[in-house]
Amino acid sequence: MKLEANVPTGPIEKKWDQHRFELKLVSPNNKRKFDILVVGTGLAGASAAASLAEMGYNVKAFCIQDSPRRAHSIAAQGGINAAKNYTNEGDSIHRLFYDTIKGGDYRAREANVYRLAQVSNSIIDQCVAQGVPFAREYGGTLANRSFGGAQLQRTFYARGQTGQQLLLGAYGSLMRQVGRGTVQIFPRREMVDLVVVDGRARGIVVRNLVTGKLESYAGHAVLLCTGGYANVFYLSTNAASCSVSAAWQSFKRGAAFANLCYTQIHPTCIPRSGEHQAKLTLMSESLRNDGRVWVPKQKGDRRPPNAIPEEERDYYLERRYPSFGNLVPRDVASRAAKAVIDEGRGVGSTGFAVYLDFRDSIKRKGFETIKSEYGNLFDMYQLITDEDGYRVPMRIFPAPHYTMGGLWVDYNLMTTLPGLFCLGEANFSDHGANRLGASALMQGLADGYFIVPYTLGGYIAGGGLGVVNESHQAFRDAEQGAVARINRLLSSKGKRTPSDFHRQLGELMWTRCGMGRNETGLKEALAKIPEIREEFWKNLIVTETNETFNQTLEKAMRAADFLEFAELLVRDALERRESCGGHFREEMRTEEGEARRDDENFSYVSAWEHLGDGKTPVMHKESLRFEYLHLAQRSYK
Amino acid sequence: MSTSGRINVTVRVWRQAGPDDPGRMVAYPVPDVMPDMSFLEMLDVLNEQLVAKGLAPIAFDSDCREGICGTCGLVVNGEVHGPEEHSTVCQLHMRRFNDGDVITVEPWRVKAFPVVKDLVVDRSALDRIIQKGGFVSVNTGAPQDANATIVPKADAEKAMDAAACIGCGACVTACPNGSAMLFTGAKVSQLALLPQGDPERARRVVDMVQAMDREGFGNCTNEAECEAVCPKGIKITNIARLNREFVRAGLWAHDEQE
Repeated sequence: MKLEANVPTGPIEKKWDQHRFELKLVSPNNKRKFDILVVGTGLAGASAAASLAEMGYNVKAFCIQDSPRRAHSIAAQGGINAAKNYTNEGDSIHRLFYDTIKGGDYRAREANVYRLAQVSNSIIDQCVAQGVPFAREYGGTLANRSFGGAQLQRTFYARGQTGQQLLLGAYGSLMRQVGRGTVQIFPRREMVDLVVVDGRARGIVVRNLVTGKLESYAGHAVLLCTGGYANVFYLSTNAASCSVSAAWQSFKRGAAFANLCYTQIHPTCIPRSGEHQAKLTLMSESLRNDGRVWVPKQKGDRRPPNAIPEEERDYYLERRYPSFGNLVPRDVASRAAKAVIDEGRGVGSTGFAVYLDFRDSIKRKGFETIKSEYGNLFDMYQLITDEDGYRVPMRIFPAPHYTMGGLWVDYNLMTTLPGLFCLGEANFSDHGANRLGASALMQGLADGYFIVPYTLGGYIAGGGLGVVNESHQAFRDAEQGAVARINRLLSSKGKRTPSDFHRQLGELMWTRCGMGRNETGLKEALAKIPEIREEFWKNLIVTETNETFNQTLEKAMRAADFLEFAELLVRDALERRESCGGHFREEMRTEEGEARRDDENFSYVSAWEHLGDGKTPVMHKESLRFEYLHLAQRSYK
Repeated sequence: MSTSGRINVTVRVWRQAGPDDPGRMVAYPVPDVMPDMSFLEMLDVLNEQLVAKGLAPIAFDSDCREGICGTCGLVVNGEVHGPEEHSTVCQLHMRRFNDGDVITVEPWRVKAFPVVKDLVVDRSALDRIIQKGGFVSVNTGAPQDANATIVPKADAEKAMDAAACIGCGACVTACPNGSAMLFTGAKVSQLALLPQGDPERARRVVDMVQAMDREGFGNCTNEAECEAVCPKGIKITNIARLNREFVRAGLWAHDEQE
């Protein structure tokens, strides 16, 4: 396997323009002859499917949910970044590029990130044209706010529902194309395999979740827009249907998986309440704009928060990071919370929480202002915890939220498998080792609206795509493989449910490969995962048959993939003997306890290649060269 | 956490193997429920117990579990999305129930939403309404600078109020007529309140109302049940605006529609 990043030559600010000019075009009349399969209808998938259909391609879009509007992008709360500089603070494409590279701890590809910053402004223009109801100032212009990791206000938002509004904008455009007959939509379908013919991705096999029937679809290219793998931790802020399965099956067909160990733990989530917990709920980190994070100075101080006087409170983020304070990036905030909790200064009945306090900002800005800015988040907090966050400080705890790793892609967003593109959170591009707030929505829409529509054309126009339809033997083989996997799951007559195994895996991953990682823990996990997997196949129980709406079987299929995938994640974390971004190796830290990056030895992307079932994947390296930015230790002091 | 606060409940659940099965209510005891559990987590726990015994679990839809994706939807003790105000059923917690309660759980019962299995229904009719006009016809490309379109803050806020719809279908379920006018009115309102929606304003409302009728949704008779159950608090003034837009489209029909 060769990793050809295909980054164009020339100065960084000209690369994308020059590349678009050099990409071959597919003429308007020919586009309808090409079938494009888009898997997933979140921000990346919906925007790509709609844009490609507008251009004239024949698009088939698949989603796991009952409607494309429900993809998990919908849950993003805080906002979307762009380099508009509407606030006159000196923002620019170069600054957004710099912040994103720095925020990602210098582990992203410069050219991709620069392009992301370049197209960020077009995204806002496009979304406004669609009627996305962004927040506005009294004069009618768009409002901006600041967000974790940025020292200026470049975040556009629609109350606490920015992801929802952006997704509904893309979904509207997608539905428009469905109405025009240029997109066919296939809801309640889960991709179970990728079909490769003559070394190119030429189709997919999906399971119809209502009937259980396996369906084959051939196409000239496949776009994977299937999100991240944070549910490998079982408890995360992701929706229940978020899984690694589509990406993992593609990995097994030849796409390299990159940077798996970069997982983002979000600092402002509602703590778990018990064993039954199905998911963790995130509250937008925009709360950190006005909320102050603290714990008691004294270990084991069990007094109610409002009874703890000011001088006995430790506002540890403000103390440790005076210039960024409560707005330090997510990884820094999460690790700082872990540190005070490990010292025994955690709060709440479990001790696994810190306070997020609005007392001072309510005093300063007034109750009504705080309510109008964050009202829905306070309501959500009250619904879940039965506590009034306006009067008593909220309790928060970090939770797995986003995964920077994903399928390796080149500058064209194509994986190592020709014809297989990967967009949005599912790819490894752009965020390096840590993603900044309000950048996920930006990247998903950049990939879907403004990058893949051009780069896909270049691939199609490159030719060599013979006729392949669903009667090809490769589809039969893929279907038979999926049937065999399903039958194996259904024939297991053990005692434990799929969720039970998934929960066990998640706990192992959280404790050994979560916020802090070390060689001993990772090696333990590496030994333990195959044991869990072995028991899974011996002692699993799945009820009912394949030929029905079988949610237990769905869970079993996803858990089976996570049980394989987790091992590679741990392996990746073990190999990376440095601390950077979302990957914190406890052995590798400075005297002050901060992450210690090792640019000399680890300034590369790890991309893993599948060598066959039961064999250890092999790692390839794409070395990262920084021509425009100087590598510097990330400091938020 | 102490176990003293735990309660025992019985859930009576609608079981229906598929669209052709007549269906029936089945009662299941659920012991030892923690008040901090969500209602759906309680059903998860029950399902885990059923699966471990080799029995078919209760099929129900849910995804984000934080009230934004619109996937979940149950009628709990006759109340759409359950007794918690302005929330989806995934945000309902067991602290709203008492020890010994018998809780009835049913699917959305609407002609336009056929049952798939147990508590799962098919709401694709709502997607088909949106396909007829729930968008601004603007292709991806290079539109003008975002701030070239000025929108008064009050209008933007009202548009956002309407745009908050999560498409769960609670409004239809609560309506004695099975009307989708709050759902349709919310989208029509959002785009009617914004300058971007103006060029297609008349055609949009006519096409979407026609699609609504075709899918078998009923009409509005001002019961206001939809507003009462809407998890996002969408107001029936949006239905009034839908009606005004519809009349307006008729008055301007000669200008905008050939």
